[in-house]
Amino acid sequence: MNAHAKEQKSAYPRSRATGADAVIASLKAQGVEVIFGMVGGQIMPVYDALHRDGGLKHLIVGHEQGGAHMAEGFARVTGRPGVVMTTSGPGATNLVTGLADAMMDSTPVVAITGQVSSHLLGNDAFQEADMRGITMPITKHNYQLTNADQVAPVIAQAFQLAATGRPGPVLIDLPRDVAVGETEIMTAVAAAVNGRKAPRAGHPLQIERALGLIKAARQPVILAGGGIIHAGASAQLKELAECLDLPVTTTLMGLGCFPSRHRLSLGMPGMHGTGYANLSLHNSDVILCVGCRLDDRVTGKLEAFAPQARIIHVDVDASEIGKTLAAAVPIVGDAKPVLEALTKGARAWESRPDFSAWHKNIATWKARFPMGYRAKDGVILPQQVVERVSSLMGDTDIVVTGVGQHQMFTAQYYDFRAPRTLVTSGGLGTMGYGLPAAIGAKLAKPGKNVFLIDGDGSFLMNIQELTTAVRYRVPVVAAVLKNAHLGMVRQWQDMFFEQRLSQSNLEPPDYDKVAQAFGALGRRVERPEELEPALRWAMKEARAKQLPVILDVMVDPEEPVLPMVPAGAANVDFMPCRTEAS
Amino acid sequence: MERLNPIAVLVRNEPGVLARVAGLFTRRGFNIISLAVGETEDPLVSRMSVVVSGDDAVREQVVKQLRRLVDVLRVDDLTRQPRVERGLALIKVKAPPERRGEIVELANIFRAAITHVDPRALVVEVSGNSKKIQAMIEMMRPFGIIEMARTGQIVMARGRREAHGQPYDQNQNFEVGSDPLGFADPDDDDDDNTNLLRLK
Repeated sequence: MNAHAKEQKSAYPRSRATGADAVIASLKAQGVEVIFGMVGGQIMPVYDALHRDGGLKHLIVGHEQGGAHMAEGFARVTGRPGVVMTTSGPGATNLVTGLADAMMDSTPVVAITGQVSSHLLGNDAFQEADMRGITMPITKHNYQLTNADQVAPVIAQAFQLAATGRPGPVLIDLPRDVAVGETEIMTAVAAAVNGRKAPRAGHPLQIERALGLIKAARQPVILAGGGIIHAGASAQLKELAECLDLPVTTTLMGLGCFPSRHRLSLGMPGMHGTGYANLSLHNSDVILCVGCRLDDRVTGKLEAFAPQARIIHVDVDASEIGKTLAAAVPIVGDAKPVLEALTKGARAWESRPDFSAWHKNIATWKARFPMGYRAKDGVILPQQVVERVSSLMGDTDIVVTGVGQHQMFTAQYYDFRAPRTLVTSGGLGTMGYGLPAAIGAKLAKPGKNVFLIDGDGSFLMNIQELTTAVRYRVPVVAAVLKNAHLGMVRQWQDMFFEQRLSQSNLEPPDYDKVAQAFGALGRRVERPEELEPALRWAMKEARAKQLPVILDVMVDPEEPVLPMVPAGAANVDFMPCRTEAS
Repeated sequence: MERLNPIAVLVRNEPGVLARVAGLFTRRGFNIISLAVGETEDPLVSRMSVVVSGDDAVREQVVKQLRRLVDVLRVDDLTRQPRVERGLALIKVKAPPERRGEIVELANIFRAAITHVDPRALVVEVSGNSKKIQAMIEMMRPFGIIEMARTGQIVMARGRREAHGQPYDQNQNFEVGSDPLGFADPDDDDDDNTNLLRLK
């Protein structure tokens, strides 16, 4: 029977279910609350099943990339896979940036893409794109289904893969003939993927060796990454750090896993990290690196990174260990049981090592290279916006960013108090991530304030999602920091390209008015004294009207992100902050 | 130290698996010297024999990155294992009647077969490890090689499977330079023509 005849048959009274029905039933069986998506030709049978079922919330997005970032935002604040669904061809290829972003930041996402019927595959049919081939390097795994009976088991396995071990995106490509093909509705339990289990506890011998290194250390540092948040190991991290008095530096993706204002916190390391975090790492003799992949933005010039340090590297993904730097002690395992085992081992010691001399050194660096900036009369500085927002937000409220200067200012000046309170694009650095990710986060956590701090360049890149936020009344609040430049590019041009501002100036529209045109609320903020009242107004109005509120905030275009390690330089050669005192 | 690292990869016999493995090597910049794919005793499983050049750190990354692929069932790094390695080459060589005897004699030394003969040429079929095949090719070159086809090398560890390879286990911790079984000679291969090859 050819696919067309099969389709004709199944479009009318059905004694059995179709692959499309199985998709909807499987998503519900996985506990999916919301789908972000966009209907189109080849995915229509699934949308028809969605309509007939009527029991799953779906948001029509402005652009599929936005849908992917919404799924990411949802996943980052819940730890559960976000779901995005698109048609074939352009609908599916528009997911590419979002999937690559999710891959880099280990974000669980399940993408379902329509595909042309099997008999047309490989024929360059209308809206055909080889999604399996295109997304191979940017997904944890992907599938192309060949018959409707595969739907239930594959979806079950996709959710399991996306969320376990090191999380990541999984794509399921669904040819139309599979969607309309007959099957039984089954509730599949994910079959173990080739018998593999996600690693849990670390090897006891390596734990023992790690404890030995820490005990003998004089200048140890914990380098905490996003893996701690995925593992839900913030409490275990705090326990270990406090038990042994170990200073903790937190990568961008790890922010929130350790309280920013904790006495042992060193803030963020790396390119825009604090001077004292970089100095501590540089002078350390043992680094306990947990759930962090030691990427170039963290290490700076690799050969000059922590020259005396022996690294204890804990990661759930064995391939991260030894990838950029050799590990003295490799521990493949989940951060939670590994940190628990380390704390347990340390508690059994007869005496705790004395790191007071080391803490004294760190205190000197903190005093010598403090974070800070020089306020300017009559001009709002981006750092001030971040500090004000931070002061108005609750401990578990969620801050979201785009990518650029505003993102780094947020990482530096926001007071993170709990895990899963920062949603940002770290690895891929995707401008345009902020607004859709904020929408996804707010849908997942309607009871929390979700505040987007964005740049005027970044905000524009997925501004179409204002329509989604207004239509579904998703009350995110945004402060768009307007400096009329691609600020981070401009900063580099100022510093390293003799101030030749090549193509980095923008002529952004009035975002308050743009917001109003979309049906959201908007307000322009120009003067420092207007800032706090405007922020309070925005948060209150969003709650009251259940609508997004966009603040168009004029900020100083010349303020650079400091400290900064020039690209390719060693982390100790950072340019410090220009503070009031300096 | 740069060396050739033979790695056996058991994969699910599914469409796209070769692309996944090949794509991984390309995007991570691993240098494939030879690749051979074929069925195994289990029809659901294919075996890829990959020879990668690189130092211990590269080898370790290759193994770990392969293990991340969902369709990869098992990866055996055979670099430091006693092993059998075989490839096959068909060499069509110029052979006017007066030189035929010489070529056949050489082929006999290599235990190679003559699989075709016509008035102007011979096809020599030689199998063995890569060094042996290379030696055969060098011996044929002066006669004039018209055409040549080579397979990738397939590799198998000697002894029981459990004894030589590590079973698939993400929990294991890797150490660069470990040599648990004490087989430090990477070229350990008591192939029947080994001595002859060393003469070359």
